[in-house]
Amino acid sequence: MTDLSGWGRYPRVSGPLGHVADMAAAAEATSRMRGGVARGLGRSYGDAAIGRETTLAATGLDRMRSFDPVTGLLHVEAGVSLAEIIATFLPRGYFPPVVPGTRFVTVGGMIASDVHGKNQHNDGTFGDHVEWLALARPDGTRLRCSPGENPDLFRATIGGMGLTGVILEAAFRLKPVESGWIRQTTHVARNLSEAIALLRKTGGATYTVAWIDVLARGAALGRSLILEGEHAPADALSPRQDRFPAGGSGRLGVPIDMPGWLLNKRSVAAFNALYYRRGVRAARAPALVPWDAYFFPLDGILNWNRIYGARGFVQHQCVIPDAAAEAVLSDILDRLSARGEGSFLAVLKRLAPASGLMSFPMEGMTLALDLPVSEHRLSLLAEIDALVAGAGGRIYLAKDACQSRETLHAGYPDIDRFREIRRETGNATRMASKLSERLGL
Amino acid sequence: MTGADAPKRALVIGGTSDIGRAIAAAYLDLGWSVTITGRDMEAVERELRDLATRHDGATVETRHLDILETASFDGFVDGLPGRVDTAICVVGMLGDQERAQTDADHATQVMRTNYEGPALLSETLAARMAEDGGGLIVGISSVAGDRGRATNYVYGAAKAGFTAHLSGLRNRFAATALRVTTVKPGFVRTRMTADMDLPGPLTATPAEVARRVVALERRPADVIHVL
Repeated sequence: MTDLSGWGRYPRVSGPLGHVADMAAAAEATSRMRGGVARGLGRSYGDAAIGRETTLAATGLDRMRSFDPVTGLLHVEAGVSLAEIIATFLPRGYFPPVVPGTRFVTVGGMIASDVHGKNQHNDGTFGDHVEWLALARPDGTRLRCSPGENPDLFRATIGGMGLTGVILEAAFRLKPVESGWIRQTTHVARNLSEAIALLRKTGGATYTVAWIDVLARGAALGRSLILEGEHAPADALSPRQDRFPAGGSGRLGVPIDMPGWLLNKRSVAAFNALYYRRGVRAARAPALVPWDAYFFPLDGILNWNRIYGARGFVQHQCVIPDAAAEAVLSDILDRLSARGEGSFLAVLKRLAPASGLMSFPMEGMTLALDLPVSEHRLSLLAEIDALVAGAGGRIYLAKDACQSRETLHAGYPDIDRFREIRRETGNATRMASKLSERLGL
Repeated sequence: MTGADAPKRALVIGGTSDIGRAIAAAYLDLGWSVTITGRDMEAVERELRDLATRHDGATVETRHLDILETASFDGFVDGLPGRVDTAICVVGMLGDQERAQTDADHATQVMRTNYEGPALLSETLAARMAEDGGGLIVGISSVAGDRGRATNYVYGAAKAGFTAHLSGLRNRFAATALRVTTVKPGFVRTRMTADMDLPGPLTATPAEVARRVVALERRPADVIHVL
C-alpha cells in the first residue's frame, strides 16, 4: 500500500500502486484492471491520478521511440517527462508546442488532462498537437487513435482524465526555436477591466498571461501584470548569453511542511504588493528570461506544495465565458479580497475552445488560484463554483478536488457523450479514479 | 576514416538493464559509438531506439547475447564489427535467496548469470581485445560479494567469484595495454531492487554508476566502489 495524493496533497488515500517496465506489461496490467487508472508524475492537484481500487505507475514507460528533425515529429512512450523532452531537444533547437506550468509531467498526463499553456489562445492545447496515440484498454486490446482513426475515442481520450484506457505512447510535433530565451514584456493593468482588455487585444504575443493581485480592493480590484512572451531570436542574445541555457536543477527544496499560519493575510498581501511594484518598475522594457524561469518558475523550488503546510491546498481554476467574464470575475475577486483570501499564485488568462470532449478550455477568461485547505475555504470555493456554473463556465478537472456533480454537469455539455463512449468501450467501471467516482464520470 | 579519427567503441553487455542503459547513454555523451547486447531482442531494440532518439547523430548497434549460452561466446566475439575499446559487463540477477536455498535450478541460474557467464565472456573478450592492442574491461560486481550475508549469499557468492576472476584477469594482463576494472556498487535504485526497502542516502542511481564508469576513461582504477 502506498500513500497517494495529488500535488495539492489533498485528498490523501492509501492504495496499491503497481509498477510496469514496458508497454506490454502496461497493457497486461490494464487488462486486469477492476477500477483503476494510470498515474504519471502525480502533478494533477486533486484526486485524478488515484485509482478507485488500484493505481498503475506509468513512469517506467520512459523510452523515446523516434524523432524526425525535418518535421519535428517526436514519438515517445507515455511516461516520458516534459523535462526530459526539453533537456534533449532544446539544445537541438526544438521546443514543445504547448507546456503547462511545470515540466515535471508525463506525456500521458499532459494528454489525459489536455493541458494548456500561455499560448492556448493562439496554438490550442497539448491535445491539439497529438498526431496519434496508442491506448491499452481493459478488454486486453491495444488501439491506435488519431483525428482520423477511432476519432470518437481520440476525442474522449484527449482531456479524458485517463478514463478511456491507459495511454501507452504518442506522437506530436515539436516546433523549431532559435534560442532557449523568452523576450518578456510586462504591461500594467490598474484594474480588472484593463487586464481583460489587454488579454483580449488581438494580434498579441505568442504567450500571454496575467498575474493578478487577489488582495487589491476598491478601484484597484483585479490589478494585474500582463506578461507577454516571444521566443527570442538568436541575434537578440548578447555574446555572453548561452543560446540554449540548461534548466535549473530544482535543488532548492522545501524540506518540511511549513506551518500553515506562515501564510497569513498579511504575508500574502505584502508579497503580492511587492511583486506588483517590481512589475510596474519593469514594465514596457522587454527583458530576456531563460525558458525555465519563464515557463516553470515554481519548478526551481522542489516540493513547493509544502509551503501550504501539512493539510495541503486546493488549486482552483475556472473559466468564465466572455460575455459574463468581467462581472463574474469581479464578484469572485470581491469575495476573496473581502475575506482576505490571498493566493500566491493567481493567474488570469484568455482561453479559446479546445477539441477534447472533456477538455477544459472554452472561449473566455480563466482564473487560477490556490488556497490552503480549511473548512471555510472549501465553502468559499463552493460559492465560487456556483458563480462559475451560473455563468456557463467550468472547473478544470486536473486541478479539481472538490467541485460538485452539478457544477461539473453544468460546465461540460459533452459529458453524456463521454460517458456513453466509456460504456460502449466497456471501461466505464474498469477504468475508474477517485475523481471519476466523486463526479460520476 | 583512419583508425585515429574513428570514434571509440563501447560494448555494453546487458544493455537493457537500468545500469546498462545509463552506461550506454554516458558513452554516447562522450561521442563514442556503442553496441548493446541483450537476450530479448525486442527489449534491446527498445533501448536502441531510445538511445538513438536522445543522442543526435549517435551510432548505436545491437547484438543478441544470452549470458547463459556460453557456447555462443566465441561466435559472438568473432562477429563484433571491429575493435572494442571498452567492454562493460552489466549482466546480473538478484534472484530470490529463500528460493535458491531449496530450488537448485534457481540457485544454479543465479550462479551462472552472475558468475559463470560473465567470467567466461570476459575471458573471451580479454583474449580478443589483447590481440587488438588492449582496451578496458569493466565488470559490474557487487559489495554483496565481499562477505556472505544470510539474505543474499547465493547471489553474493557468485559475485565474489566474478570479483576474484576479474582481479585474476587484471593481474594476468598487468604488463599489457589491457586494463580490467571491478566496479562494486552498493544499493542501486533499479528494477532489480524495486521491491526492496533501500537506505535512501546510501543508494546510488544508475546514472551515478554510469558517471563513475566513464570516469575510468580519464582516470584508470583497479577497483571502484559506488556508495
